[in-house]
Parts: sequence; C-alpha cells; structure tokens
Amino acid sequence: MEKQSGKPRVGLFATCLVDLSRPQVGFAALRLLEDAGCSVEVPLDQTCCGQPAFNSGATGQAAELARQLIRQFEPFDHVVVPSGSCAAMIKVHYVEALADDPAWLPRAEALAAKTWELMSFLVDVRGYRPTGLVLETTATYHDSCSGLRELGISRQPRDLLAAVEGLELRPLPGNDVCCGFGGTFCVKYAAISNAIVGEKAAAVEATGARLLLGGDLGCLMNTAGKLSREGSSVRAMHAAEVIAGMGKGPAIGEEG
Amino acid sequence: MQAAGSSFKSRAGAALADATLKSAIDRTAGNAETKRAAAVGEFPQFDEARKLGRRIKDHVIVHLEHYLIEFERNALRSGAKVHWARTSEEASRIVVEICRSAGAKRVTRSKSMLGEEIGLPHALEAAGIERVETDLAEHIVQLAGETPSHIVWPAMHKTREQVASLFNEKHASPPASESIPDLVHSARQDLRQKFLTADVGISGANFLIADTGAVCTVTNEGNAELTTTPPRIHIVTAGIEKLVPSIDHAFALLRLLVRSATGGDFTQYTTFHCGPKRPGDADGPEEFHIVLVDNGRTRMLAEGLAAMLRCIRCGACMNHCVVYRQIGGHAYGATYPGPMGSVLTPAIDGLANSRDLPNACTLNGKCAEVCPVEIPLPTLLRGWRDRSWKEGLEPLTVRTGIGIWAYFARHPFFYRLATAVAVHWMRLFRKGGWIAWMPLAGGWTQHRDFPAPQRATFIAAYKAMRKGAPNDNGT
Repeated sequence: MEKQSGKPRVGLFATCLVDLSRPQVGFAALRLLEDAGCSVEVPLDQTCCGQPAFNSGATGQAAELARQLIRQFEPFDHVVVPSGSCAAMIKVHYVEALADDPAWLPRAEALAAKTWELMSFLVDVRGYRPTGLVLETTATYHDSCSGLRELGISRQPRDLLAAVEGLELRPLPGNDVCCGFGGTFCVKYAAISNAIVGEKAAAVEATGARLLLGGDLGCLMNTAGKLSREGSSVRAMHAAEVIAGMGKGPAIGEEG
Repeated sequence: MQAAGSSFKSRAGAALADATLKSAIDRTAGNAETKRAAAVGEFPQFDEARKLGRRIKDHVIVHLEHYLIEFERNALRSGAKVHWARTSEEASRIVVEICRSAGAKRVTRSKSMLGEEIGLPHALEAAGIERVETDLAEHIVQLAGETPSHIVWPAMHKTREQVASLFNEKHASPPASESIPDLVHSARQDLRQKFLTADVGISGANFLIADTGAVCTVTNEGNAELTTTPPRIHIVTAGIEKLVPSIDHAFALLRLLVRSATGGDFTQYTTFHCGPKRPGDADGPEEFHIVLVDNGRTRMLAEGLAAMLRCIRCGACMNHCVVYRQIGGHAYGATYPGPMGSVLTPAIDGLANSRDLPNACTLNGKCAEVCPVEIPLPTLLRGWRDRSWKEGLEPLTVRTGIGIWAYFARHPFFYRLATAVAVHWMRLFRKGGWIAWMPLAGGWTQHRDFPAPQRATFIAAYKAMRKGAPNDNGT
C-alpha cells in the first residue's frame, strides 16, 4: 500500500512511555523516519502495546490491547517503534498472546512481519545514514535486553551514532547486563531492582562518559533516575534524539 | 523444601542487606561467568553442540517410556536393583528402608540436588542414621546446618574466611590458615575415616545410560568415587529426566555441562557405575540400588513444561542472573534457585507457595542465552505468571492496577484525558526536572528519581503541531 510518491507509508507507534514522559523521542523518530524517505503517520488513538499486562500474566487483557493495536496499525507498510521491548512485544509476543485466537493470529503474524524497532528499521530496511551531525561529548551505550536478545539490535545504533562527529562512544562494561527495570518488576520488587540498577549506574559512572545512551526509555529512565539520586552528573538520552540532531537539547530529567 | 515462616521479599531483603553474601556470590559466580565465556570462546562448535544437546534431551523426553524400560532392563541385567518413586516421600522412604534393612549406622553422600529435592538429608536424620556429606561444599553446608544455595557450588554464599572460621570451630584438626589448600586438608582429615567406615554410599546421577543400565557421575573432588566404592551398598537417586540413550549421548552432553558449569573442558572425575561388584572385581559395592524419581516430572510433561526436563543442572542460568547475583540462592526458599529453580519450584512445591519466584525476574533473557540446552526460561517463567493470574493468585493490588490501566488503554479517548491529567499532576511534584517523591510511586521514588514529564503528551504535542501546519488533513 505505497503512496503514489513511492514513499513507504510508516505508522509510528510512539509507545506509552514516550507519550507520557518524553515526547521528544517521538519527534526524533518522526524526523528520522521522514529524513529516511518515509511518509510517516501517527495514529492518534494509539495507547499501549499491552506489555505490562502480558508480563504480569494478564494474557487476556494483553490480547485485547494487541487486537486494538493491530487494527490501528495494519493499514501501514511498516510499523516503527522507538523501543526494543515494545517492538518485541508486537513482533515476537503478539502471536503468543493471540495463539488461541484463530481469527486474529494471522493478523498478528502479518503485523509482526512489518514491525520494526526504530534503529533497526533505519539501518536494516532503509540503509539510512545521518549526515551533518556534530555533538562534542563522550557517551556510553546500554543495550536494552529485549532489543538485544529478541530482535538482535546491537550494531545498528552504534552504526548510526558513528556518523555523529565529535561523539566519542566509550564501551560500557556489562553493556548487555539488565539494568533492573523489567517493566512492573521495578516496582513489584523495588529493593532487588534498586540493587541491580545501582550496579548499572556505577558501571556507567565508571566509564567517565558524560552521556548515557540507549534505545529503550524504560531502561534509560531507570538508570538516569538512579544516577540522579546518587548525585551523578552523567546525563541520559534516547539514542534517537542524538541521531536526529536533538542531542544538544535537555536530557532526561532536565527542564526544557 | 519451602523455608517456613518467611516470605520471598523478606528473605531477599535480608540478603540485600548482607554485603558479605554479595561479595561471596560475586567471587564465585563472577569467576564462573568469566571462565564459561572463555571456554565457550575456545569451542567454536558450541552452538552446534547446544543444538545436538537439545535434540538428545528432547528425543529422550518424547520417548521417556521406552528409555525408562530399556534402562531398567539393562540395570537389572547388570545386577542392580531398580526402585520407582512417584513422590519425594516415596523416594526418601525407599532409601531409608534400604539403609535400615542393611543395619546401616553411617551413610556417606555425594552431592545430589535430587537428594535435596526429595528431602533425603532430613529423612536420614529422622531415621537416626548418621549422614556424612562428602562434597567439600556440602560438607561446609552440613557443618553450618544450612542448605545449598547453588546447584553446583552449594556453599557459594560463604566466603573463604567464613569457611575457615567454621572449620576452626567444628574440625578436630582445624586448618593451619585460611588458604584453600589448608582448608581442603582440614576437611580431608575430618572426612577420610568416615569414607572408609560408612555402611552405605548415596549418590545422584548426571546421566542414566539406557543401553547399558550404567549411571554416570561427574565431580571435581573424587568424592563420588570414595562415596560409592568402599561401602557395602551404593544407592543412586535420580530424576527420570537424566536418561540418555547411550554413552555417546552422555559425552555429547558432558561437553556442554562442564563448560557451562565451571568453564573447564572436562571434570576431574567422570565415573560410570554399572551394577554391583562381580566375582573377581577388586572393589565395588555388594548391592547397587537405583531409585528412579518422578516427583512432578511426568506432570510437567503434561503441563507444557517439557522443555524444562532438558535441564542438565549446570547452574549457568543462575550465575548470569541479575536477580540471583543480588539475593543469592537461599532467598528463593527452595531446593533449586535462580531461573531454572523459579520454573521448577512451582511445579514441585505448588504455585500458591511460590508465585513470587516466576514474578521476581526482569525477563531479560540472559539465562536462555547461556543455557546449554536452549531452555526458553523467560517463556516458561511468563507461563507461570499467566497461570498465577488465571488461578487468582496475583495480589489484589496488582490485579486492580493492571485492570484500571488496561481499561484506559482500551479506551483511547479516556486514555488521552487520563494521560493529560497525569502529566499535569506529576509536574506538581517536580523539583527541577526530577520528581523525588510522589504519592503512589514509592516503589520507584524510594530508590530513584523519576523524570518529570514534558509539558504535554506526545500525542497532544503532535496534534498541536499538525494543527499549526498548513495544508494538513490530519491523521
């Protein structure tokens, strides 16, 4: 269903966390997708992918939200999500949530096939490489678990960040170790989550980098929130913001 | 083997407050993690080996009945006696009765998690039989009056310094120093005579070889051999999932087990026990008993947990688990801790007693990544959550919270109103760009700051932007 312009028609699913907490990430995604030659639409009735329900065991409620999102997004050529875990919910877990629903299972499979995490879409589908970007700082990158293990996202954000002039990306020891967010886990088992994110924050701090980057707002809010509580001066941003040229704007927890 | 009288959260809280515990866990598990990575790195066919290991286990699980019968036939032919136990109580009773009818006063035991699962240490004590744990770490745990905190390193929760002071207190010949050779020497002095005077030796099994009826054990200390050879009677307790068709299959799995557990290429001792002492044999037990234990395993097959029966008990999942690394094994309150334990425990002890375990996991997937037989642990853990929800075991607060949130998420108009209100409300509590405290958000703000939302939601800001844009027909 391509537009006459030949541009692929992309539905942007911003995710509930971006919608509520950091719209900037949504606007960064919009800018990047348009720059990568897509015609982008934002269905205005979108809410949440249903992951909190699914991971709490409320599979029936997750299935209802899955049907809603499938209905909203199936007209597009591609569905793009600026989060590895929400993209994996649609791409990997909708077929599990709707496994017992023969009417919806094929629709879930069809949507899964055209759903992408933002950076993977930009690199793997569009062959996109940003130009003219400058950001003089040192950064480190945390690989969020769902994106890394369920979608194989690791090289793509680094490829995109490599195009930013002046940005020194320092390796983060334990970059593939969970930050302790885990969705509702972080409040259900707050003390354990705190101990895990404490180690993550210390590892980030030890790199000496001034900016923490990642591809999932949940993990970033968790780690940035811990860094802030510990009095660290390390700032945190979604990598899409830097790649969209918004890296000089306010970081997570900074007033804009 | 549920620890009585305390909740998962209180045990976890106590563990989190114990800095010595954390450093003990990090020393051993961190070391295991590094060594495993090196071993896998030096074994380029590791992925193929994993696929093969998985195929072997899956094949046996599908044909369990066939291999059980074949194993029993060949074990009987070798002169062994084979016993079948449906439950942990039955299994323990069988072992205790063999000991009693032999008039056994002292038994030696080589580390076996299945023995812990069926409550054998307790059953032997209740029967008035002296139990001597011969694995060094199990010996430590026994001296301290504890239970294992890890399936490969039962005393992972103890530092070397703590072990030294325990040996000083309990051994007749205390260690000369806190060095590992001196600690081992002290334990050897304590254990050696007991090895030679035990009436019965009890071991577990790493593999049951169907086509010969042999039982394979692996250790790094040689204690399994000393446990099973000198006494008159050798009893093996083994879960029925330990079956493999032949010795070749055992070796295919050993390549995975050892690298995943300790990062070694091979264990120091790999022994195949086949039947009792035959005429002309230099040594070996006069009686050889094998107790095959179900204890929930066939039920797991029926309940969609067949993949869990692949588990070869290497412990890699717990070494790599962020939750285990923070709270250690005892906090789980069960025989098997960590990710594999959180799948097994609800099957063994019942979900109502253990619903916290599958929930206390971030579903980050690292455990499945390192599992040598590709068990989809996060999927199985989520499966328990699903069941817990369906059976009404999830707390009312969680059910209500998810219910209210899902109602709004299913009604976009109300969702937009609610998020707009939430943004304004949350911004009331901000200091700078952060919220350090907010009603109903204690789970988060007790430990970390929450970033104050920007002025409007993305959808509201996007709508406003589109309204301002010329030639727009909206979306």
